Amino acid sequence: MSTILSISDLRKSYAGGFEALKGVNLEIEEGEILALLGPNGAGKTTLISTICGITTATSGSVTVGGHCIETEYRAARAMIGLVPQEINLEPFETVLNTVRFSRGLFGKPKNEALIEDILKKLSLWDKRSSQIKELSGGMKRRVLIAKALSHEPRVLFLDEPTAGVDVELRKDMWEVVRELRESGVTIILTTHYIEEAEAMADRVGVIAGGEILLVEEKSDLMARMGKKELQVMLTEPISTVPAALAEHDLRLGADGQSLVYTYDVTAERTGITALLNDVAAAGLVLSDVATRQSSLEDIFVDLVSGEDA
Amino acid sequence: MNWTAVASIYKFEMARFFRTLAQSFLSPVLSTSLYFVVFGAAIGSRIDHVEGVSYGAFIVPGLIMLSVITQGISNASFGIYFPKFIGTVYELLSAPVNFLEIVLGYVGAAATKALFIGVVILATAHLFVDITILHPLAMVLFLVLTCVSFSLLGFIIGIWAKNFEQLQLVPLLIITPLIFLGGSFYSISMLPPVWQTITLFNPVVYLISGFRWAFFGVSDVPVGFSLLAIALFTGLCLAVIGWIFRTGWRLRS
Ligand SMILES: Nc1ncnc2c1ncn2[C@@H]1O[C@H](COP(=O)(O)OP(=O)(O)OP(=O)(O)O)[C@@H](O)[C@H]1O
Ligand SMILES: [Mg+2]
Repeated sequence: MSTILSISDLRKSYAGGFEALKGVNLEIEEGEILALLGPNGAGKTTLISTICGITTATSGSVTVGGHCIETEYRAARAMIGLVPQEINLEPFETVLNTVRFSRGLFGKPKNEALIEDILKKLSLWDKRSSQIKELSGGMKRRVLIAKALSHEPRVLFLDEPTAGVDVELRKDMWEVVRELRESGVTIILTTHYIEEAEAMADRVGVIAGGEILLVEEKSDLMARMGKKELQVMLTEPISTVPAALAEHDLRLGADGQSLVYTYDVTAERTGITALLNDVAAAGLVLSDVATRQSSLEDIFVDLVSGEDA
Repeated sequence: MNWTAVASIYKFEMARFFRTLAQSFLSPVLSTSLYFVVFGAAIGSRIDHVEGVSYGAFIVPGLIMLSVITQGISNASFGIYFPKFIGTVYELLSAPVNFLEIVLGYVGAAATKALFIGVVILATAHLFVDITILHPLAMVLFLVLTCVSFSLLGFIIGIWAKNFEQLQLVPLLIITPLIFLGGSFYSISMLPPVWQTITLFNPVVYLISGFRWAFFGVSDVPVGFSLLAIALFTGLCLAVIGWIFRTGWRLRS
């Protein structure tokens, strides 16, 4: 695989002097899906806007397919499709004309069959002659996606594409994104839904306070950072963790009838055997045990709260 | 040049015009008719002739200029302000287009609309008075140049404006007075000498004078000056727009 997007030491200070990007370095491989996770105000939209030419960088460089976004902006931008976070659409124009316009604006010759195909995939074909203002919020968001796809981008930025889209449609959109990836399109999406990153991404990047905290293969990340919880259910309720078990760092379960033990899956010794022995030795009777793997969400919350500290 | 992009912008902008075609057509017809009733009939019956031309016919070039200038400015300023206002400007900024292509699309469409209205007014005026055009080619040249140059000015205003009030401000406070005081409805030779001199600082005087010359062969200032004035004005607007796109002023944060 080759690098399709390369960002080095990208900085952006807004007019007021606020530094929204503090030296971002990022390489994106052709054909991958990268999910950018980050809290509100992390700099996700700023990063995307700078790459796409909507705001200008204060310093640093970005190349798309080897083309510098400043000196070779035509070649660079022609490769990029952008689905912005805000729903920005001409309210009085029809769906079809709005999408046609985008294709033309990017210098691509007319291709009605392609546009029909895109609108059908996004379940917008029936609405093609409606004015944008007559559409629901979720439909408008799909029009934004259709516009971005209309000029056949090699790199697609999706800035919170599924915000305000219902579960059913969200699944449809994931399907569209997966198909795009199959066809070789590189996708960078930002999202607040961790399940979305979990479901779709090959790699996950975490951004907070204008800095990329980490970029990793999703599976590595989950294995490395993944913690497991062992829940030991008891036959009798207890009020406190018995003193005999103090060295195990246990929590009392919310039901008052279980003990919760958190351990690192990748550690050499998980300490489960010793724990279970000690539980029996303390005179407690087990009724059941269960384990739970922490999700990307837990990992994310851990990382970002660590940043604040 | 990304001509496909130019054509796309142009078509998209013209679609806005066609959506409100009846309104775009009716309002100039109505206002022209009103001007004829008020100026042509009521006042004209007392003025009789100006420089050998009947007053009714004399005001036609001024009327056309008045509308074409205000329409050019308002179409172009709204055309580029609206995407900024509703946020669709993101697409222009992220598209593989340069400033010349954006300007050609937006200003081209705004100038076309202004030209259309100019022609509608000329046709409406023809219903009220006999008009002969001595220099048709020069007439078309002046008309087109005026549409284009004031659409360029409108484009600048649209980019500069931060809200709807500012969008109206320049046309209201500067342009409309300049047009009314620019000899739309009178020959400047009808003014006292002091005012004749002051008036010469009003650029619109040169436009209206040149345009009127194309119709009747009479002018307040030599026609060469008129051409020079409009060429300078167009060049100035282009230079400002070039600067705006180089710096991203009011467009890119
Ligand atoms: N035009 C602007 N002028 C000044 N500051 C800005 C501007 N746009 C964004 N910021 C600031 O830059 C920071 C990053 O904003 P950005 O929109 O990139 O965040 P984000 O990660 O996309 O957040 P969200 O998840 O809420 O969309 C924020 O603190 C924001 O206030
Ligand atoms: Mg954002």
